[in-house]
Amino acid sequence: MAVQFEVNGKPVSVEVEPRLTLADCLRHHLRLTGTHVGCEHGVCGACTVIVNGDAVRSCLMLAVQAEGAKVTTVEGLSNDADLTPLQKSFRKHHALQCGFCTPGMITTAHALLSEEPDCDADRVREVLSGNICRCTGYIGIVEAVLDARSAYKKAPAP
Amino acid sequence: MKNTFIGTSMERREDLRFLRGKGIYVDDLAPSNLLYAVIMRSNIAHGRLKSIDASAALKIPGVHSVITAKDMPGGPPIIPMRLQPLPEFKPFEQLVIADDKVRYVGEPLAMVLAESVAIGEDALEVIALEIEDLPAVPDWRAAEKNESLLFEPAGSNRALTFEARKGDADAAFKNAPYVRREQLRTGRHFGLTLEPRGVMAEWDAASGHLTVSGAAKVPFFNRRILAKQIGLPEEAITMIENDVGGGYGARGEFYPEDFLIPFAARHVNRPVKWIEDRRENLIAMNHARESEADIEIACERDGTIIGLRGFVHTDMGAYMRTNGAVGARNIPQFMGGPYRVPHVKIDSLLWMTNKTPVGTYRGPGRYEGSFYIERLLDMVAHDLGIDRVELRRRNLITSAEQPYEIATVQPTDARDQYDSGDYEQALDRCLKEFGWNDKAKLQGKLIDGRYHGLAVCCFVEGGAAGPKESARLEINSDGTISVFMGSSAVGQGVETVFAQIAADALEVPVDRISHVHHGSTTTVSDGYGAYHSRSVVMGGSALLDAATKFQAAIKDAAAKRLGCNASEVRLGEDKVFGPGGKSLLLAELAGLTVEGAFLNKKHTYSYGTHAAHITVDAKLGQVQIVDYMVVQDVGRAINPMTLRGQIIGSLVQGLGGAMLEHLQYDEQGQFLTGTLADYLLPTAGDFPNLRCIVTEDHPSPINPLGAKGAGEGGIVAAGGVMANAVANALQSFGVQPRQLPLTPTYIWELVQAGQRQAAE
Repeated sequence: MAVQFEVNGKPVSVEVEPRLTLADCLRHHLRLTGTHVGCEHGVCGACTVIVNGDAVRSCLMLAVQAEGAKVTTVEGLSNDADLTPLQKSFRKHHALQCGFCTPGMITTAHALLSEEPDCDADRVREVLSGNICRCTGYIGIVEAVLDARSAYKKAPAP
Repeated sequence: MKNTFIGTSMERREDLRFLRGKGIYVDDLAPSNLLYAVIMRSNIAHGRLKSIDASAALKIPGVHSVITAKDMPGGPPIIPMRLQPLPEFKPFEQLVIADDKVRYVGEPLAMVLAESVAIGEDALEVIALEIEDLPAVPDWRAAEKNESLLFEPAGSNRALTFEARKGDADAAFKNAPYVRREQLRTGRHFGLTLEPRGVMAEWDAASGHLTVSGAAKVPFFNRRILAKQIGLPEEAITMIENDVGGGYGARGEFYPEDFLIPFAARHVNRPVKWIEDRRENLIAMNHARESEADIEIACERDGTIIGLRGFVHTDMGAYMRTNGAVGARNIPQFMGGPYRVPHVKIDSLLWMTNKTPVGTYRGPGRYEGSFYIERLLDMVAHDLGIDRVELRRRNLITSAEQPYEIATVQPTDARDQYDSGDYEQALDRCLKEFGWNDKAKLQGKLIDGRYHGLAVCCFVEGGAAGPKESARLEINSDGTISVFMGSSAVGQGVETVFAQIAADALEVPVDRISHVHHGSTTTVSDGYGAYHSRSVVMGGSALLDAATKFQAAIKDAAAKRLGCNASEVRLGEDKVFGPGGKSLLLAELAGLTVEGAFLNKKHTYSYGTHAAHITVDAKLGQVQIVDYMVVQDVGRAINPMTLRGQIIGSLVQGLGGAMLEHLQYDEQGQFLTGTLADYLLPTAGDFPNLRCIVTEDHPSPINPLGAKGAGEGGIVAAGGVMANAVANALQSFGVQPRQLPLTPTYIWELVQAGQRQAAE
């Protein structure tokens, strides 16, 4: 089947089997390998991408379901020139070790902070509890997300 | 210029790619003409393999071939043991693919090669298997009966008994004024990595060269095994380490797939890739930890430990894998932990069962041993009416007793000694930072429906396994310097810490270290890899040696160019200066390369103390951590930030094993926890209140850095601490946890039993 959607601001058109997951479509058809697959049953969160503003497990969504959607992956939340404030905060707080869960953490945290820039530590822990990190013990990740909140707060009206 | 990058919490260079999703893990590789391997695994725990009929599978468009044991000339090769390769273990080693018997759910039976993973999985559905059931051996108690044998020629399900001995335990116990005997158990869990394992192999028929991607941990050793199995010289095989999504002792050992995929690539002359899925990971990657101790402790009336005596039974699973004996060897040797135990007589029995085979997991044997001794010590304190802290203080090995000889283990004649340290100093620091005296008042109290409990446990962590590590330095064409290491990266951040060590040793800004290459067989002449918390000590010390030789080589080369003596040459940042104002750009010496090495047979022992304050809801059996403190003395911290990351990360893994993680089987050896919804891992909401402090009070005397292996200290004491804290919180119910994990059900049952007993 042909499916058309937008990835990181660019329109794409892909010919896929109906059973292909969005995760595999992004990774293997579109070669956006920043999205990682850790469990294929929606528990680990490594494959989290942002679909129309919501954090979504791309292993639980079929590529054909993305028809017409706006999909953002970790690559879309990055630039070559510099780390983003969220990424800098992760680096500063040592919020990653092996890096495998990191793209899912970045996308999940970005979706959270975009919606709730004033969230507290409990809320961060609640939302991130859908993303498994096996290396860090989460302390640094929670600190990093809390520390990045300021970058997501809208500038006060003049 | 004297650098001080060592000791600085530098942000990691690895992060720049990982944060952008630009890490390259093995599944990110996609050469053209790639075939995908999917492995058919036994769904029977114990049986005789009668037939595999793949004819229907081969008819599916896109299925290239199906490979079984019959396709391997001379039969499938065995996987030899890497550590403790005793002749006694030979009968229990694993074939790369089953040929006559199956011995665990998950054992490879056939491999499908297909144009996509999905087509390969379709093919698995239609392969017809005939397996004649044999009675399963689901645990060590069944194994001990020897009614159903996993390996008939061996005549027993017991692979070996390790004997740990020190002093004369029998005599000591005879005269001991106090003895307590307990049966204690640790659960089965493992070093689950978030990135499942993967192997990709490419065969170049023209040059006869095999390239294997996805290597980790011990690539040089694995190349040696593969070369022998597949009939190629070692030089004809290159092992490539890509980014690695976690190791923890489990990834990077030689598994069946490490032969099957390269074999397939050569067999069909196309690149072949296999990526483990999560269910496979849970039944194919090395399990760990499941053991049971029947153990006695003897003490003086004042709590001074006299000895430990008894038996440990380890559930090895179905085969002796590469490092499978390490845990069973370490449990009796390290059960004394940081405490003075003059007399030890512990037999550790290795039982084969119809489960996934075991290997090491961070803190192998030390986690189990710590749980056993720490549970015993709290019971001793209670029996003898001695304060728990005081009891530990009284028994900690003092710095004057260092180096301290621990029990020797036969038949491997494993002798070991702790290298240095002041264990009491770490205990005191932990108590102070934790606020023990204030919190102790809450002990056993019921506040807002929750019982408060405290525990403190001390530990040692082994590191720096020998015999050798290599490091190489090379001048790049732009005058910067590349570092090449025999150590491997498994996510711990070695690129950053090795850059720090190299920059200090060469006295150059850290940015002049352009790359740190590691883990592939192309880096150095002979590498040993990443295990037993050895990278900083072994690799770092090799790097110091390489730096000294590198500087001398630069001076020699520059002296020739500048027409002077090497002793007259002075090294600058990017230039080399000779007498009379002459100089040379380092770039002009591009390609100059020197290898160094570090040899060491002794181990480092970092040490410290864990303290926890928890609350328990006795009606729900549910535990919350209010505060948890780890103090660990590491001798010398290269990067305190990443080191704290190692401690907290390993602590949470330890808490996972203590509270959540459990690989469960039924009586038929069927695996019951095949998803991450069944096998519970710690998540961000589980353990929020954790702290750690790194100290450098006692550098190791056995390496030039003074560093000690420190990647496993957070995990070692976690089981004992949590069980003791639960016991102390629920002391009014007489609760004594004797097994891990401390699931809500288990705690609730203990509370119920305690209430029943009180009512009687």
